[in-house]
Amino acid sequence: MTETEIKRQQLPSPRYEYGGDDYVFVELDEEMSFDANFKAQAITQEIRNRDLSGIIEVAPANASYLIQFDPKQLHANALIEELQTLESGIDITDYQWDATVYDIPILYEDPWTHETLMEFRERHQDPDATDLEYSARINGFESVQSFIDHHTGAPHMVTMVGFVPGLPFCFQMRPREEQIEVPKYEQPRTATPSRAVGFGGAFTAIYPVQGAGGYQLYGRTPVEVLNVEQELADFDESMVLPNPGDLLNFRQIDRDEYDAIREEIESGTYRYTKDTVEFQPHEFFKNPTRYNERIVEVIS
Amino acid sequence: MIEVREPGLMTTVQDTGRYGQYHIGMPPSGAMDQFAHKIANYLVGNNEDAPTLEMTYQGAELAFDETTLIAVTGADMSPTLDDEPIPTWTAVEVEAGQTLCFKFSQEGVRSYLSVAGGFDVPEIMDSSSTYTLIGLGGFEGRQLQTGDELHCGDETYEEDRIGSTAPNAHRPDYSQNDIRVIMGLCDYRLTDEGRKRFLNTEWKVSNEADRVGYRFEGPDITDMFEEREQPFGAGTDVTNVVDLGYPIGSIQMAGQPIVLMRDAVTGGGYATVGTLVSPDRSMLSQCRTHSGVTFESIGIDEALEIREERDDSLESLREKLR
Repeated sequence: MTETEIKRQQLPSPRYEYGGDDYVFVELDEEMSFDANFKAQAITQEIRNRDLSGIIEVAPANASYLIQFDPKQLHANALIEELQTLESGIDITDYQWDATVYDIPILYEDPWTHETLMEFRERHQDPDATDLEYSARINGFESVQSFIDHHTGAPHMVTMVGFVPGLPFCFQMRPREEQIEVPKYEQPRTATPSRAVGFGGAFTAIYPVQGAGGYQLYGRTPVEVLNVEQELADFDESMVLPNPGDLLNFRQIDRDEYDAIREEIESGTYRYTKDTVEFQPHEFFKNPTRYNERIVEVIS
Repeated sequence: MIEVREPGLMTTVQDTGRYGQYHIGMPPSGAMDQFAHKIANYLVGNNEDAPTLEMTYQGAELAFDETTLIAVTGADMSPTLDDEPIPTWTAVEVEAGQTLCFKFSQEGVRSYLSVAGGFDVPEIMDSSSTYTLIGLGGFEGRQLQTGDELHCGDETYEEDRIGSTAPNAHRPDYSQNDIRVIMGLCDYRLTDEGRKRFLNTEWKVSNEADRVGYRFEGPDITDMFEEREQPFGAGTDVTNVVDLGYPIGSIQMAGQPIVLMRDAVTGGGYATVGTLVSPDRSMLSQCRTHSGVTFESIGIDEALEIREERDDSLESLREKLR
């Protein structure tokens, strides 16, 4: 474990772009950083609070955000002006939020994603290795296990939910020099098992449902991140589990634990291990290692 | 009650869409051709957001056991009532015991069938639209199957509505293939030359063209991109960006251009280079596989004019059919 702090990222001037006649897309930075993401969260939260007439959708993303509006009620240029004023008034170190911390058990090297990744070997950069072997090697790890230890060694923040309903994009809470980075498949796969845990760019994704996908496949979680019927108690309020700003602690499990959790999920009795923390960016930036330990503690 | 004798190729219940859930990754769904959907509703006296049936290429065979008023708009699938042709874009009375049949569409892709009172399905998150990927909304979250039984909402209608019709001026020409876009989003990733080539190409609609997206065939797109050292978190391919939100109607460059439609993925890591003006999203949904499409770059003012023109046209028709 390291004592490095999180270096603050100087963000360029945001790019405001028209998306047809009814969207505005705002890119806060071309590269990923906590600064860009927290700013996207803070601005979109503030727009929701203001409850402007004509706003239809407000969707924060990793280093950008997207707004849909009704041009009959709001002109794109008036909205952009409003966003510019908002942007210049926001200091993310003042911004804090209640984050839910979830325990997310993962069976790495599971049989289901293994079968899938072997099936699509010709679309991969390294057909002779598994996705984990390839990712460990290009990130300088001596073994797959030491790579997995790194992936579970610090919690992840949900920096965006999208692609399909409930899919969390997760960014590990480490300084950039410790971040894992891997390419996406050369050509996307046409199949990915549900609950697969994948990695692309600097993000972990948990696929809620079976479907296409281009991320490197590492494992499978027994827990659901989407429950359309809302049968499980933890989906009482929403059909998706984590929201942007929530924290996931990945934990490596074995097949026995995987099967036991699956049984509880299928019988509808499973309760997620979770708790709430007030997330304070400046404390996290100062000493991420200590801050992460405190986060993991609340659910252990 | 309306019994589904044959479901057709891909028939779903749709309305004006499900909004307010984009931030959890939920696309709006709803009728792909909003213009045709709304007119179908106006013709039978419904509100524009009443659920209709969206049929794709090959329409359904439906047996009615009650008398009601219907209208068919959008692609022409040569509808017949007990084997007698009926007019499209027109309110038609169906009597109990009659069977409504559709053939393969001759022009356009999607037909809309409205019934007085709308199709009665439960609303989920304020919408009756079907989103099949996660089995949500519409009729049991899926496309219709043989044997399904549909019900109409409040079925009263005024007799003098029978025969109401949308004048020709309100019926779009589905052979039009010039689609207008506002370039932008991540189009800074294109070289000047690449941007020109993108706009000058006649792209072919591939057979991967559905409610999620329209994939196009044409020249290699990676050549259109500016080489760069990829920013942290974006991934290594020249078309990769740090995952971001995609507008409905945006053009995503993933191997080939893909225009994202109403069941789209809400975000991802491929550069988007422009967005269709909203009325042309409806027009594209009527472009058939293998047809050619060109993208015409326009500015925001022109885009707003096009939208207003479309809204005015709908409004005047709504007034007329009231």
